[in-house]
Amino acid sequence: MSLTHAKKGECFTLEYIESGNRAKRKLQDMGLTPGVKICVVSNSSFGPIILELRGSRIALGRGLVDKIAVRRIDE
Amino acid sequence: MNMDIFKIALAGNPNSGKTTLFNALTGSNHYVGNWAGVTVEKKEGRIQFAEHIMDIVDLPGIYSLSPYTLEEKISRDFILRENPDVVLNIVDATSLERSLYLTLQLIELGKPVIVALNMMDEAKKKNIELDLQNLSIALGVPVVPIVALKKEGIEKLMQEIIDAHHNKASYRPVKFNYGDEVENFVKEVELKLPKNLKEQYESRWIALKLYERDREIQNLVSPFEMESDLESPDRMANLRYKAIGDIVNGVAALEHIKYDISTDRIDKIILNPWIGLPIFGIVMWVVFFLTFSVGGYFADKVDTFFSVYLSNGISAILTFLQASDWMISLVVDGIIGGVGGVLTFVPNIAIIFIMISLLEDTGYMARAAYLMDDIMSKVGLNGKAFISMILGFGCNVPAIMATRTIENENDRMIAILINPFMSCGARFPIYVLFSSVFFPGNETAVTFSLYILGIAMAMLFAYIFRKTLFKGEKSPFIMELPPYRFPKTSDLLIHIWEKVKGYLIKAGTVIFAASVVIWVVLNFNTTGLVDITESFGATIGRFIAPIFKPLGFGTWQSALSLISGIVAKEIVVANTSIIYGLAENAGNAEVMAVLSQAFSKVSAYAFMVFVLLYTPCVGVIGVIKRETNSWKWTGFSVLYQFLVAWIMAFLFYNVGQLIF
Repeated sequence: MSLTHAKKGECFTLEYIESGNRAKRKLQDMGLTPGVKICVVSNSSFGPIILELRGSRIALGRGLVDKIAVRRIDE
Repeated sequence: MNMDIFKIALAGNPNSGKTTLFNALTGSNHYVGNWAGVTVEKKEGRIQFAEHIMDIVDLPGIYSLSPYTLEEKISRDFILRENPDVVLNIVDATSLERSLYLTLQLIELGKPVIVALNMMDEAKKKNIELDLQNLSIALGVPVVPIVALKKEGIEKLMQEIIDAHHNKASYRPVKFNYGDEVENFVKEVELKLPKNLKEQYESRWIALKLYERDREIQNLVSPFEMESDLESPDRMANLRYKAIGDIVNGVAALEHIKYDISTDRIDKIILNPWIGLPIFGIVMWVVFFLTFSVGGYFADKVDTFFSVYLSNGISAILTFLQASDWMISLVVDGIIGGVGGVLTFVPNIAIIFIMISLLEDTGYMARAAYLMDDIMSKVGLNGKAFISMILGFGCNVPAIMATRTIENENDRMIAILINPFMSCGARFPIYVLFSSVFFPGNETAVTFSLYILGIAMAMLFAYIFRKTLFKGEKSPFIMELPPYRFPKTSDLLIHIWEKVKGYLIKAGTVIFAASVVIWVVLNFNTTGLVDITESFGATIGRFIAPIFKPLGFGTWQSALSLISGIVAKEIVVANTSIIYGLAENAGNAEVMAVLSQAFSKVSAYAFMVFVLLYTPCVGVIGVIKRETNSWKWTGFSVLYQFLVAWIMAFLFYNVGQLIF
């Protein structure tokens, strides 16, 4: 699934990023590599999504969110 | 005693406390910010420790060393080509995994690395326990725990730097294991690599970069045949993080680390979709309120000093010395009037810069970018561009340099071209002068309306440029939200002093010179000393004035003011008092009487609109040239702003005439 409909508080593992080179590279450098655990801090209908991963918080614009494929972590 | 001089490169992620460490080490003047990538320029500082002299170069805040952004390229080129003796890598202990991504790449470059593990106090608070000895073994470099904010661990760090420098001949970087595929590739490359490259660079690093298909390194070893592989950069990033995972597992248990709790609480309010933007509005209003009112209070004091004590005192002295009238006029009306008129506004400028750096250093600026992303998206930019716009309220020069953190070239060009519409501190004195004469009681509202108009024009032109000159998708918004931090007062003071110093230097040089030149231009013509209306200045002004006639201020005085304002916008104010023959000790009533003859309420407002929007000052034109690297766009910027200013002032004047 993509992150678009992820809800606040849910955690996922990253599967892949389906985006242009630059943005993807930047995301990788900031720690978004396959298998990483990502938790959604906020995801409202407007404004960027906020993710928590590897101890930092990152805000991502709407346009990127649906290009990030994740798998829900069942707990 | 023999001095031992060597060079250190300071590298680290944005918000890792890099600048604070730099200040702690060098005590030098340098900027501290809290949003990703504020340190774009190269800063150097020198420290002496026993018989050692260390030159520290502060590299930009970066996450990686791949040459995808300007900052990464600058950092990498510096380490590769300028051969620092030691690379000091500052690492935020509270986000170890993410930080080590850069550390691994720095180590692979082959220069001796020291890891300064910062924010150890915060890490303790979060119960992050780190086995520093194991970390040091795994990385093959010294790891020194520090708290840069409290200057803890600095001495030990210096000692380690010196040791590393002395032992660098025997230093060999650790090889991080990236698995069979990569290792075989590395071996193969190392065999084939030409000798000169092997001597110049760490061959394992070259090989890893080739595996990553780093274009620059591919060009460097151009005869090297290899098939393209679009997936390999991804694989390399994964493998690096995997290697980091192994290292981190050996030194800490990071699984259940909570994010900064107070930041989380504050963000629940500040980033709330309903109240976040209104809060941002209030924050900006407070920024301007303090700039106008508190700054204004102190500005009055400074003004009294110049216009009453200093100019009366100096003219008394000059009269006593029997100086000629023209001499007194030059010093009192020309120099004190011009320079003093500008220095009066130092308090306002200091406050706007304090406010802006507070926004940055606390971490709020990144939130402002987040909040503005939606609105900025509507005009075709992302939230990050708004940061450079806010910086423009201080000065457009650093603001335009700050656009470097915008990844996409088109986005960056738009952000540069619209930035001068953001009203900088130098234009502020003009609004104060004119609104106090023509809109007494409503100064704040009038001034505020001009700032708003500037923002609106910036947005409008962002939209127009996106639709015409720079078509295409805006780059996506990616921004780290750093934990909120209390800025260090000394860092803040160093920064403010830097800015105020810049303003004072400008007043003492450019404005001083301009004041003298203008005084001469206004008091002479080819026949010698003449009345102002016969002077060179009046002739030049009369020649240009017709351009401004349709805007309601077609006098030679305002024409001359505006043209000279291109040197520096403060000159418009400095000029006004000289041009209208106002002695610096002229009372408000006098100023009012003279200005009210030349302007009506409507034309005064049109004049302010023109000042807000017209051609940027020489400093800004220079930085636009440097940042766009194009005379074409620089010329474009000069011309389109003049046109926009003319059209807007025309509209305001003529529509205003109909209404009032």
